Amino acid sequence: MGKIEWAMWANEQALASGLILLTGGIVGVAGQFRGWPFAAYIISAAGVFVCLLEYPRSKRAKGTSVERTGQYCFTVCVKSFGPLTRNYYVRAFLHAAICVPGGFMLATVLGCVCLGIASLIYLAAAIRGEHWEPVLPQKETTRKTDPVSVRNPPEMPPPRPPPEVRRKRVDDLEGAAYDNPIPVSDK
Amino acid sequence: MGNWIINNGLTSFILVVWMGINLFLFVWFYQLYDLGDDFFYTRHLLGSALPWARAPAAVLNFNCMLILLPVCRNLLSLLRGSFVCCGRTMRKQLDKNLSFHKLVAYMIALMTAVHTVAHLLNVEWFNNSRRGVYDELSTALSNLSDSENTTFLNPVRRIDITPTYFVFTTIAGLTGVIITLALILIITSSMEVIRRSYFEVFWYTHHLFVIFFIGLVFHGAGFIVRRQKKTNPPHNFTFCKDRSDDWGKIPECPIPQFQGGPAQTWWWVIGPMILYICERVLRFIRYMQTVQYRKIVMHPSKVLELQLVKDGFKMEVGQYVFLNCPAISQLEWHPFTMTSAPEEDFFSVHIRSAGDWTDKLIDIVQNLPEGAQGPKMGVDGPFGTASEDVFDYEVSMLVGAGIGVTPFASILKSIWYKFKISNSKLRTRKIYFYWLCRETHAFEWFSDLLQVLEKEMEERGMGNFLTYKLYLTGWDQNLVRVHFEEDKDVVTGLKQKTHYGRPAWDKEFEQVRKENPTSVVGTFLCGPAVLAKVLEKKCAKYSDVDPRKTKFYFNKENF
Repeated sequence: MGKIEWAMWANEQALASGLILLTGGIVGVAGQFRGWPFAAYIISAAGVFVCLLEYPRSKRAKGTSVERTGQYCFTVCVKSFGPLTRNYYVRAFLHAAICVPGGFMLATVLGCVCLGIASLIYLAAAIRGEHWEPVLPQKETTRKTDPVSVRNPPEMPPPRPPPEVRRKRVDDLEGAAYDNPIPVSDK
Repeated sequence: MGNWIINNGLTSFILVVWMGINLFLFVWFYQLYDLGDDFFYTRHLLGSALPWARAPAAVLNFNCMLILLPVCRNLLSLLRGSFVCCGRTMRKQLDKNLSFHKLVAYMIALMTAVHTVAHLLNVEWFNNSRRGVYDELSTALSNLSDSENTTFLNPVRRIDITPTYFVFTTIAGLTGVIITLALILIITSSMEVIRRSYFEVFWYTHHLFVIFFIGLVFHGAGFIVRRQKKTNPPHNFTFCKDRSDDWGKIPECPIPQFQGGPAQTWWWVIGPMILYICERVLRFIRYMQTVQYRKIVMHPSKVLELQLVKDGFKMEVGQYVFLNCPAISQLEWHPFTMTSAPEEDFFSVHIRSAGDWTDKLIDIVQNLPEGAQGPKMGVDGPFGTASEDVFDYEVSMLVGAGIGVTPFASILKSIWYKFKISNSKLRTRKIYFYWLCRETHAFEWFSDLLQVLEKEMEERGMGNFLTYKLYLTGWDQNLVRVHFEEDKDVVTGLKQKTHYGRPAWDKEFEQVRKENPTSVVGTFLCGPAVLAKVLEKKCAKYSDVDPRKTKFYFNKENF
């Protein structure tokens, strides 16, 4: 399993956990569970926060990154926090901290455990040195398969010595040889 | 429209039947718990959350039974073989097993969500009832406990516990949490992104299904969902529900008795679990059989060819095997299409460098001394795919993209052998072969085969049997310009020229239709999904519902 980027799985797991936390919070509110105002609001807010943080996928170190639909605005937001969101140790501890209140209400216990697992996977990713990179749209470079047909024709003539020197002096061929002032290479 | 029915009719029918059974189970069990008299008191405590929990449970039973079946590939192979008489449409359904597995998995996930939410509410309300938060009837019902002449209705027996405590101290609750957790981990690691990039994570995490099924079997234990038993004299709840103080004191209202149902899930899943265990045992037995290396060839472009011999191994064209190499990984089995023909006394695979496992294998093989045997290899298979059907069609169009040409290597070799012995089973009269490839290196091992075939066919005067076109999709202008006049193709040395760019499928289909005005044409693709969509559309477009005219059937390989 040498080439795996654990952060990718941690990201999926954390996003799922965020959704589960959110659902648990909503169920807690709807069902008027004991302690629902405080717990449910906290959990829903935490769920929403985790979802927003985890929605933009990181750029992969190797290979093509597949973006989630419409993730660009989230990428910009997450990127603006700089090292806080770039570093996976921070994320691991953040998720561990967020998941703890979930354990106090039954509706969110599952979200709590899932987020805890995501936090562990992020820790593994951080230990392996991975970090979050924003996926930004790049200027489309010309593809290799484009035929190299029409390049810009040269605008300047190649460097040459003055015509008197260039004229072929049949009588003195050796003296006619000259050094190019600018090195010329064969492509 | 007619073409859509021909190509997709049976799949749609199966899906409709499956969905119908799901809906039926949901509605049936919903109304059983929502309207049944014996659940009246239970419903008083829980409201409609009771049927909302039990109905998905029934659907879950059904789908958990189904989910193991599409991945028993040996069983499917057996079924496929026995369908030889029943027509190719039936057999094509078995090739879509993975899609069905995923569909059933989605249903399980959805129903788990509904079931879990409903039970969250149930536990909370049971707990509240027990604490006397609700009306008098609820408190009275909850107070009933297990003694010599009473049975309990509310499984929460203590007043001082939280719902979380209850969940973690009952079998049903604890197993529920564990298996839902396992399910979530399985799902997140099965997302396409993870699956395509890190197959090992997907495969190892997927084995959590063992925990899932064990937990599932025990999940129903504990008699938690209770119904009212018939008592003698009978307890009429309509009359007695407002007289909870008088229960046991007046003759019309004896104390109501309750009982729980036993765990039923195991009835549903025990069959498939046994089948799956047999499947894994069979894979293990096959793995233990010795496999000898006949020849190992390293081709350019990091393609490794292994020629293997195994006792009692019989294959058909275009089938695939799973390979396991303990030196690389104990638990991983990877699928490879076989590139040899059944007529040969060995079987071969061409393995391209495409990830951890393949890279390590190529590495090990390259460091072997001359003439030595390769690393110990376990082989499971062969398993059937759509390519077996190639000879059933009078005319076949074979399209292979890049390394996807491998099943067709097997087919073409088999044709060559069948020709030599003039096998009468060969119904095929004409084959059109299209190979799409990005770079020229990968051609070499295959172009040798094509050169031999080319020669053979010319010698026998059967040059028309096989028409092939090679397409270089990553072409370079220089190649085109300089060598246009030459007779043999500069890239492959073959008489039929290499084409540049992608094929114009409309022209190709037109040509096939023109040359075969009354035939049934089978189109086989091994390549990217985008191309499959294109070809499927063309097949539909150029097919005629009139049975006397040309009809195109589309078949796709996938792993």
